[in-house]
Amino acid sequence: MSEAPVLAVRDVEVTFPVGSLLDGIRSRPRSILAVAGASFEVRRGETFALVGESGSGKTTLARAINGLQPVSAGSIRFERQEITTLSRIRLRPLRRRMSMMFQDPVGSLSPRLTVGQLIAEPFRIHGRGSRDLGSEVKRLLALVGLSPEFAGRYPHQLSGGQARRVGVARAIALDPALIIADEPTAGLDVSVQGEVLNLLGELRTRLGLAMVIITHNLHVVHHIADRMAVMYLGRFVETGETEAIFTAPAHPYTKALLSANPEPNPDKARNRISLPAEVPSLLARPAGCEFHTRCPWAQAICRSRVPPVHEEPDRRLTCHFPLSLDAAPLTEETA
Amino acid sequence: MSAATSDIAGRRAAGAFLRSLRKVLREPLGALGLGLVLFVVGAAVFADLLATADPTRISPRDRFLAPSAEHFLGTDQLGRDLFSRVLYGGQIALAVALGSTFVSLLIGIVLGLLAGYGPRWLDNLLILLFDAVKSFPTVMLALAFVTLFGPSLTAVVIVVVLVNVPSYARVIRTQTIALKSSEYVAAAQSMGASTARILRVHVLPNVIGPLLILASMDIPVVIAIEAGMSFLGLGVRPPTPSWGTILNDGFANIRESAWIVVTGGLPIILTTLGFTFLGETLRDVFDPRLKGR
Amino acid sequence: MAVLDVTDLNVSFATEAGTLPALKDVSFSIPENTIVGVVGESGCGKSTLINAILGLLADNGQIDRGSILFEGREELSKLGPAAIRAIRGERISTVFQDPMGALNPVISVGRQMINVQYRSPRSRSEKAARAIEMLKKVRIPDAETALSRYPHEFSGGMKQRIAIAMALMMRPSLLIADEPTTALDATLEVATIELLRELQAEIGCSVLFVSHHLGVIAELCDEVIVMYAGEVVERGTTRAIFHDPRHPYTFKLLECDPARQSERTRVLPTIPGEIPDLRNRPTGCIFADRCHRTHAACREAPLERDLGLGHKARCWLAEAPERPGEAA
Repeated sequence: MSEAPVLAVRDVEVTFPVGSLLDGIRSRPRSILAVAGASFEVRRGETFALVGESGSGKTTLARAINGLQPVSAGSIRFERQEITTLSRIRLRPLRRRMSMMFQDPVGSLSPRLTVGQLIAEPFRIHGRGSRDLGSEVKRLLALVGLSPEFAGRYPHQLSGGQARRVGVARAIALDPALIIADEPTAGLDVSVQGEVLNLLGELRTRLGLAMVIITHNLHVVHHIADRMAVMYLGRFVETGETEAIFTAPAHPYTKALLSANPEPNPDKARNRISLPAEVPSLLARPAGCEFHTRCPWAQAICRSRVPPVHEEPDRRLTCHFPLSLDAAPLTEETA
Repeated sequence: MSAATSDIAGRRAAGAFLRSLRKVLREPLGALGLGLVLFVVGAAVFADLLATADPTRISPRDRFLAPSAEHFLGTDQLGRDLFSRVLYGGQIALAVALGSTFVSLLIGIVLGLLAGYGPRWLDNLLILLFDAVKSFPTVMLALAFVTLFGPSLTAVVIVVVLVNVPSYARVIRTQTIALKSSEYVAAAQSMGASTARILRVHVLPNVIGPLLILASMDIPVVIAIEAGMSFLGLGVRPPTPSWGTILNDGFANIRESAWIVVTGGLPIILTTLGFTFLGETLRDVFDPRLKGR
Repeated sequence: MAVLDVTDLNVSFATEAGTLPALKDVSFSIPENTIVGVVGESGCGKSTLINAILGLLADNGQIDRGSILFEGREELSKLGPAAIRAIRGERISTVFQDPMGALNPVISVGRQMINVQYRSPRSRSEKAARAIEMLKKVRIPDAETALSRYPHEFSGGMKQRIAIAMALMMRPSLLIADEPTTALDATLEVATIELLRELQAEIGCSVLFVSHHLGVIAELCDEVIVMYAGEVVERGTTRAIFHDPRHPYTFKLLECDPARQSERTRVLPTIPGEIPDLRNRPTGCIFADRCHRTHAACREAPLERDLGLGHKARCWLAEAPERPGEAA
């Protein structure tokens, strides 16, 4: 792969200010690290998944890539251009090439605009309103599998799946190179979830898109993502090929996440790794390995020393005692 | 957008308007309010056709006449035809009410959007300003302005705008703050929409509804302010007819003729009731919490 | 004896656009000491069913026909508001998706847990001891000091566990749990359902567990009810439903879950079409226009067919199950 990646994220950090001025005097931290050193690349036609539980920083990272959230350190290169230093005005033309889909399928559509106006919105914003928008709207509706009558409807008249399709039509309107989708199947029924993922997959192949998908649903990740990163407290704890990670998770947190996924099979033997304790607060990050408070394999060194980064060919993780990479697959036999 | 789609949107809007109208008419008070408002507005608009005499023509021989076929509502202390004066007074009352409400809406919306969507310091500054203006009693404000600029219609309009703008801006600000973090505003930002466009296309249409209802309920208050200021001699100057000045004339001459007070007061009461009933019905019809009842 | 017996329940809502039949001929029963799961997608009538049982239907909703018999004695559909309030919270309790619906943000957890026991004749200190015992059971650390803390001081998972503790405080005979784990992360979700299972076994109550998450249902429930467009299309033991689904909707729904596909696929299965407009309910089978096995008989609505061992399906072809792969 000599082609340059569409998106290259290097050591990105995002901090949020918290509390009052007084907290500084009381020697409490005045900001929290929501994203702590994220690095990954996405190439044309590739899907990268960011996986993690609430508060892991995955949505914040996505907003940072999209320029909605300033970063405090690191670099984000989109189509070879550094975007963290660009002003809002200079960022505007780049937004044509990078679209973001938000979690709530209906809530991310402006309620007083018709579907036709919503789909025409990107063209109007980027000054291409003179083109025949009516036929553009029709073309995009057809592309996402909606009939032209939908142009006259309002968001509240759509089902979740239909609203999601409108969101996809908006996202691909200006021929982007990258789509960032935040929980694209949140709030959708299982029977509709497949339709939306299939549509995204098809468009990715057809239009050669690069995609970043944010989700907590590991089953979805398994089917659609080429590579993935698992986030915990704003850090990438394990990054690699999806298939390989599912077969042999090396970080204990990844393994616990995979085992915590209830499967629709009542007879399945469940070798579950249950995680004790609660997720620590970002205001009080644990010392040493940040996962040691919940890790079933934690040892003395994990409590005191920050684990090194293990770099293997196409696997990257931070753990003192990675689970054997050539261990037996996690999936148990049916009893 | 093609002509066909905008036509469909137009018809939809018309349909929504008719549906709301039907809901208003279904409420007895709403129908009464709408009837009164239409009656008053009609009388003011067609004052030139309906008036039976020049409202400012003095006729000393016809002072304090009781209602008759010639003078429907009688005459005042200068022998002016009260029916015609009430009609033209309605023009002034409505012009002041609608005009100053419109100006208040414009300023209130702009300041409210700025406070709600702009930086925090601007919000704090504007809120301080609104509170400062709000803390003056209306009459004090009116007196201060008249002392500075002399009594005139403009003074009335300025006082009304000053009284209304802070509450209108606050309504817009609160809702704008709520919408600022909504996903569809974030979606517009991520597409690269300018702030002006976000405010115009995505924020304003979603915050203006409650404000319009609030404003329609404020119209009777404005009419009362105009009448009150004219009554006190701070508003419309004689001989221009105004409901407030008619009321004042009647008050001064109540021993000669009780008619004048009634002809000055009745239109104020009817208009106030009409707009209040209409405004309250509109609020109920558009309140989503009451929908489906 | 069953804890709850619902027979031929029909519920409709009066709307501006006409009558909307939300539940049609719903029948099922919850045996003692059993967890019954209700699965279905949006618009299937899950929430209406819960509200009908709790006597909390909206003003424009009404029970047209059928009965809801609680513990073989009380007919919930005929009880007055005061009588049903006496049952709610004590013999039937509830846990919802958002724990803040059950917790008052301005009253300490301890006071709320003592208030819940207001019908009990025990002394205040006994009630406090019972609250501590329940908090320990739901694994709240430092249960004694937790009593004086306020809901916002706990994490989302802990709040939901406190809500569960409060719901089970009075040892109800039925717990209705409406998507209680949907808002929780995967690791907390499994911990919560394991906890629920333990407490249910200990108290010996029954649970009506509503969820759209097939994995959670499979893991937690003894029996399952599958709902579609206001009808119970299939019910039976969890094994029967997951291993031998007889209604095409159940079959397709299971197939759609990406967790079911152990092999990585690029194209995920879906159910084409939409739920029919309930205001104009088709006269025939409710699933006919999305079904891959539709034939002439489907123009008439099928009755529930008994397949033995409590397994029932509302499909003409229930006795002739399809094999995986046939649908494709």
